[in-house]
Amino acid sequence: MDLLNAIVALSNFVLIPAIAYGSQLALGALGVTLIYGILRFSNFAHGDTMAFGAMVTILFTWWFQSMGIHLGPLPTALLALPFGIAATMLLLLGTDRLVYRFYREKKAAPVILVIVSMGVMFIMNGLVRFIIGPEDQKFADGARFIIKAREFKAWSGLSEGLAFKTSQAITIVTAVVVVALLFWFLNKTRTGKSMRAFSDNEDLALLSGINPEKVVTYTWLIVAALATIAGVLYGLDKSFKPFTYFQLLLPIFASAIVGGLGNPLGAIAGGFVIAFSEVTITYAWRKVLLYLLPDNLEPSGLVQLLSTDYKFAVSFAILIIVLLFKPTGLFKGKSI
Amino acid sequence: MSMNWKNIGLFVTFFVLVLVVGYTQSWNTALVIFNMGLISAILSLGVNLQWGYAGLFNIGVMGFVALGGLAAVLVAMPPTMEAVNAGGLRILIGLAMGALTIVGTIQMRKRMAPGRARAIATVVVLVVGFFIYRAIFDPGVAAVEAVNPASTGYLGGLGLPVLLSWPVGGLLAAAAAWVIGKTALGLRSDYLAIATLGIAEIIVAVMKNEDWLDRGVKNVIGIPRPAPLIPYEVDLQNSQSFVDSATSLGLDPVIASTLYVKLGYSILFAIVLIVILLLAQLALKSPWGRMMRAIRDNETAAEAMGKDVTARHLQIFVLGSAICGIAGAMMATLDGQLIASSYQPLRFTFLIWVMVIVGGSGNNWGAVLGGFLIWFLWVEVEPIGTQLMNFITSPMADGYWLKEHLLKSVAHMRLLTMGLILLLVLRFSPRGLIPEK
Repeated sequence: MDLLNAIVALSNFVLIPAIAYGSQLALGALGVTLIYGILRFSNFAHGDTMAFGAMVTILFTWWFQSMGIHLGPLPTALLALPFGIAATMLLLLGTDRLVYRFYREKKAAPVILVIVSMGVMFIMNGLVRFIIGPEDQKFADGARFIIKAREFKAWSGLSEGLAFKTSQAITIVTAVVVVALLFWFLNKTRTGKSMRAFSDNEDLALLSGINPEKVVTYTWLIVAALATIAGVLYGLDKSFKPFTYFQLLLPIFASAIVGGLGNPLGAIAGGFVIAFSEVTITYAWRKVLLYLLPDNLEPSGLVQLLSTDYKFAVSFAILIIVLLFKPTGLFKGKSI
Repeated sequence: MSMNWKNIGLFVTFFVLVLVVGYTQSWNTALVIFNMGLISAILSLGVNLQWGYAGLFNIGVMGFVALGGLAAVLVAMPPTMEAVNAGGLRILIGLAMGALTIVGTIQMRKRMAPGRARAIATVVVLVVGFFIYRAIFDPGVAAVEAVNPASTGYLGGLGLPVLLSWPVGGLLAAAAAWVIGKTALGLRSDYLAIATLGIAEIIVAVMKNEDWLDRGVKNVIGIPRPAPLIPYEVDLQNSQSFVDSATSLGLDPVIASTLYVKLGYSILFAIVLIVILLLAQLALKSPWGRMMRAIRDNETAAEAMGKDVTARHLQIFVLGSAICGIAGAMMATLDGQLIASSYQPLRFTFLIWVMVIVGGSGNNWGAVLGGFLIWFLWVEVEPIGTQLMNFITSPMADGYWLKEHLLKSVAHMRLLTMGLILLLVLRFSPRGLIPEK
């Protein structure tokens, strides 16, 4: 019984939240890694792109809610998501035309593009704050829980409850679907193959007649979709606040680098590595240990390795360890 | 730099702008802008050293500035004896234990042959060290934070003159930069960017959460001034000779005292700026400066000539960060307080970058000018934006939602403007206002 209780407590506080958070990070890191692979720079505006996509989705959600359109138990945001994606696609294609294309044609150094993306970040950040304001926004509706802690207790007879939030289920399901679609696209379609070829060897791809502008356009479209989905899922699961999205840059980049920049599979693995380390290191293990250890070994403190305020320190520490021992990442990434 | 008329004109523009603010708004505001402009110029010099001379992409400026602010607290605040007695020793031993664990691990890894035994030993030493560190450290922290938490609850500082904290802030920042540089330099340029971004977030997180160190989000107020150089306003108003000379100049003694204090800071900061600018110019013109630019322009060629690229990068990264630390300590001295939650990356990292790029990367005068101008713009965008919005929304009816929303959102115009300026300069004048020669 104690073992079961420990497992339930562990899933409730560590496994499920970490899987949901890991999916969100993985989707974010996929966007970063795709841009890195195809356009060859680290996009610092990615966090704010996510915020922009989430913001448009929130605005549409509010509009639908005011018209009385609902999805039943599912959040209305899912209905608004396509509109958010479309708006973000327009925004990113617009930025590419107005800003990035000039430097691409000039073959500017990657670091210049990074600084340019910093300027884009400023503008997107300002835009989001200008339109929706810097405060916290709640937009989740529908059923909050799939499994409620109390119902689970009554059903199983255990003393530990298991809560499974709708947002977590949606996050996990969406992430699986999106990743499957992405990999199908990259591996099976002609455009996807040309994207991978372009990422592997630009000159060879150009020689074989691949149109670079088309590849770049598709990349931005995919990145817009990924960023918006990641942003909306994160907002549904936690809450929407522009500054948090900016701060997500660090764990997202850490995920992409840990997995190997430019490697989509690595980005997903990296996202889960970062999420699981963050959650396990900042979780107070006392509850689980109480069930597992014999009575005389009961821990006196919370058995929390680091306070939750230091969750950035965790992604950072993992990043440093990987940089020190395996600079190209766990999966082989690019190292230009 | 060749002091041509265009460049002199650009600097004069800034001073004229400050004078305009002085005449139209108030001299107090003008001096506030001017003083922070001086500090911004120093920060921008530090970043220019890293980016302009060596092409290093540091986006952790905020962290080094925050460390400077911490130095001001640690040096100048009076010690809380009760807290020191309660847990000071424990905290010190705990920290020493933590440092010992890390040094021990590194030493052990050097001695042992690579393999499974070394990996296991590393993990064991780290885990055991961490738990010993927490066991010693935590009770000390609890004891310190229990001492009169409403007003102190921290160890306090050394009670030394605050001017001493400026070099100390530089040293703290240099130490942090050394650690980061050691790990991230020599890898691709973006990695340094991410690593600095991360360390800055962590430094600020530590300062927000470690109450025993700097009271965390409860803020430290009342950092002593560099007396007798900068007196307190109240003392000036009580001094008969000051009141007399103020009235003889036709000034209200209260206003005169605030102006006097701010002017004192201006002179102090200007001296630091001039010294750093002079040193930076000398360094740029020296063989060392030429070597740095040679490395920046072609690392492979410089390496072939026998230059140790990574070591030189580390050197200049530490130097530039130290300057940011000095500026951070100056800022805390000027404010007389340390507000950990005020360290925002957009304000303290990315804005400095806009200054360097707009001013002209690689040119110290350009960096200084960028610091002045962009800081002025950052302060003045809001009032200008408010007026602009009032004008735009004037045809709309009062209470119309769009009008209210637009007026409320004016505060966020700053970021938009800064981003736009950065992109425009990068596109149309990538070498900045005063380009590198």
